[in-house]
Amino acid sequence: MDLLLTFIQKAIGQGIAILFGATGEIVTEKSGNLNLGIPGIMYMGGISGLMGAFFYEKNVANPIPLIGLFISFLMTFIVSALGGFIYSFLTITLRANQNVVGLALTTFGVGFGNFFGGSISKLAGGVGQISVKTTAAAFRASVPVLNKIPIIGDLLFSYGFLTYLAIIISLSMTYFLKHTRKGLNLRAVGEDPATADAAGINVTRYKYSATVMGAAIAGLGGLYFVMEYYGGTWSNNGFGDRGWLAIALVILALWNPNNAIWGSFLFGGLYILYIYLPGLTRATQELCKMLPYLVTIVVLIISSKRNKHESQPPSSLGKAYFREER
Amino acid sequence: MEQVNAIELKHVTKRFGEVTANDNVSLTLKKGEILSILGENGSGKTTLMNMLSGIYFPDEGEIRINGNAVTIRSPKDSFSLGIGMIHQHFKLINILTAAENIILGLPGEKKIKMPQVVEEINALTRKYGFDLNPMQKIYDMSVSQKQTVEIIKVLYRGADILILDEPTAVLTPHETTKLFQVLKNMKEDGKSIIIITHKLNEVLELSDRISVLRKGTYINTVETKDATVESLTEMMVGEKVSLDIKRTKPTNQKKRIEVCNINCRNKEGLPVLTDASFIAYSGEILGVAGISGSGQKELLESIAGLQKLESGQIFYHTPEETIEDLTKLSADVIKEKGVRLAFVPEDRLGMGLVGSMDLTDNMMIRSYKDGRSFLVDRKKPRKLASKIVEQLKVVTPKLETPVRRLSGGNVQKVLVGREIALNPTVLMVAYPVRGLDINSSYTIYNLLNEEKKKGHAVICVIEDLDVLLELCDRILVLNSGKITGVVDARSTNKEELGLLMTGTGEEKHKDE
Repeated sequence: MDLLLTFIQKAIGQGIAILFGATGEIVTEKSGNLNLGIPGIMYMGGISGLMGAFFYEKNVANPIPLIGLFISFLMTFIVSALGGFIYSFLTITLRANQNVVGLALTTFGVGFGNFFGGSISKLAGGVGQISVKTTAAAFRASVPVLNKIPIIGDLLFSYGFLTYLAIIISLSMTYFLKHTRKGLNLRAVGEDPATADAAGINVTRYKYSATVMGAAIAGLGGLYFVMEYYGGTWSNNGFGDRGWLAIALVILALWNPNNAIWGSFLFGGLYILYIYLPGLTRATQELCKMLPYLVTIVVLIISSKRNKHESQPPSSLGKAYFREER
Repeated sequence: MEQVNAIELKHVTKRFGEVTANDNVSLTLKKGEILSILGENGSGKTTLMNMLSGIYFPDEGEIRINGNAVTIRSPKDSFSLGIGMIHQHFKLINILTAAENIILGLPGEKKIKMPQVVEEINALTRKYGFDLNPMQKIYDMSVSQKQTVEIIKVLYRGADILILDEPTAVLTPHETTKLFQVLKNMKEDGKSIIIITHKLNEVLELSDRISVLRKGTYINTVETKDATVESLTEMMVGEKVSLDIKRTKPTNQKKRIEVCNINCRNKEGLPVLTDASFIAYSGEILGVAGISGSGQKELLESIAGLQKLESGQIFYHTPEETIEDLTKLSADVIKEKGVRLAFVPEDRLGMGLVGSMDLTDNMMIRSYKDGRSFLVDRKKPRKLASKIVEQLKVVTPKLETPVRRLSGGNVQKVLVGREIALNPTVLMVAYPVRGLDINSSYTIYNLLNEEKKKGHAVICVIEDLDVLLELCDRILVLNSGKITGVVDARSTNKEELGLLMTGTGEEKHKDE
């Protein structure tokens, strides 16, 4: 029982970073932009939040947890939004190929994270020496009182605020896309920008906002990973391939943020399953780590077999929009 | 007292690079009238209307709406002036419902109150006599339903000037009648309407006045009651043209293609052809009529070997009087036997031609397998290309121009010309004149007639029933994948075809 509880907790812990990334990517893709830069942006978000907290704690004698939390949150938000902005500028304004820009951005973002991670490690006195205890503790603070309830407290209330934020963002994004005019317009832009344009929707503005917003949301996944999961430290490439999992999750969730919530828990569970399965060798562990991707492929096959219009990617996904072209 | 006009265009000019699409065009739309704009392909009708709907901005000239000079910089400006344009290609989003498409891009409360929107839409449909379920998804709709959504979309935005770009091109006769009734209702209600169309008889039936454009310049405006098909054609083309298709009696008829009880399904697993059987003879033109998507494409593709059949057989009677079973052969082999298919898809370039390649290269797509040498032979295709350009009067700067730079009509001439040049024994063409103007259309009809005279079997899918009746010897009617009749084109009429197409007629076979 205890083992199961820990497993679920850890699965959710793994899942949240992916959930942020997937929600951000869904919002982005709904505007027709396939931002493959998300894994890089998550690195950028993670390191910038950590740097914010690091310099704050380094330069202030008695750091106040909430201020550290605020600074790192803001830093992550701004830097990852900036990542989204670079992507938007290149693909929307300059109409560069989305895949190429996205992959380049990921390469850049990972390098950005590792470079600054290495730099502040040096400042802190060595690899693994970075510590932003105060801020990380604020991120890790779980729900008071409720977390004392046996089992339920562990299961539902033992997480930091970012976990709940991730779920709230996903739920509200689903609501936004389904029930608001702006959401409807955004979906229209991703499906058919020419039609949206003819209907008087400012396609460029929607694409920019969705991509920048999406990147900012995804960046929070990096922050979550560094602060809550790692407890405020950095290790190069530590975030691993979670960014790609986030993109796979978009497909698994069939472009619906609500689905991404349970999907992220599933991915998180599958991602760490190898630790909990007894008797795995090194090789079989790696096989086990493939499970999330395998599930995605299966879902892809099933959804394309069912051929339902609603579970298809936005139809103009990956294409640049020129008004003058007919 | 002088009445204020709904739209006045004064000396409007629009250029695209070196091409002048509209040169000094002036025209007026009176309040509460239906004005038709006529012109051949490339005469600048659509460009002119796009300036009213905010897609293009005029280089010179003035636009007045309800008497006020205005600047229309975007579709939004156009809406706020009460102009609603219904484009030829529907601007609708497939995965959304009709209601969602209608309110798309509109300002309003942040949260959408769907029941209220639906009620408002229903009020509009009742008022003008439309038939629409606002909660239906666009992908579930027929072409005419989609058009209804487009019209309601602009009405919902409060448009009182409607511009319809070729609204009847894809409708059945019955649906066209319904649309015209709705347009007349709107006119009664005081709306002003511009309709762009190629079909002269519709123009004469519906509109109050007719304006004619030719090669970007404004020719004249006439009262409909003073116009005839001949006078309008003359204005459009600039010279007298004979609008007769020289239909000859079929001679020396032999069985050429025999289709026996074929069935096939589409990708979704729904039946698209059910138990279809017919015979195509040499030396005749067999027309195929039907609402779009009734299985025309699949029928032709089955013969060409491009469609997987569930059951049934297709026999090819060669000129040497042997019989071959086409169902057993691959598309390649069928082609070599002289069974050729030229399909003009809706986007024209989708099938058959490669847009970024030039004319010569596109000729080679059909001949690359000829010869045994390692290097390709470019001389023959080049000759063929220049022959087609000359014969069909294809307007192209040079043979090296990528096909996608040509206008739609010219692309089609290249496509159809290439298939005919291969001297097929069975020529199948689908929508050969889709979107073509009168002159080019007649060039194509004459080509088909020549094929017939050569004793080849011609099967053609054409949307325009008038043309089918004039061009073909027999007409095969499809209705949701079933052949509802094969009638003699010389003795039938549009009403009979319409009934067969919509399935309300009795089954009728005049096969001997």
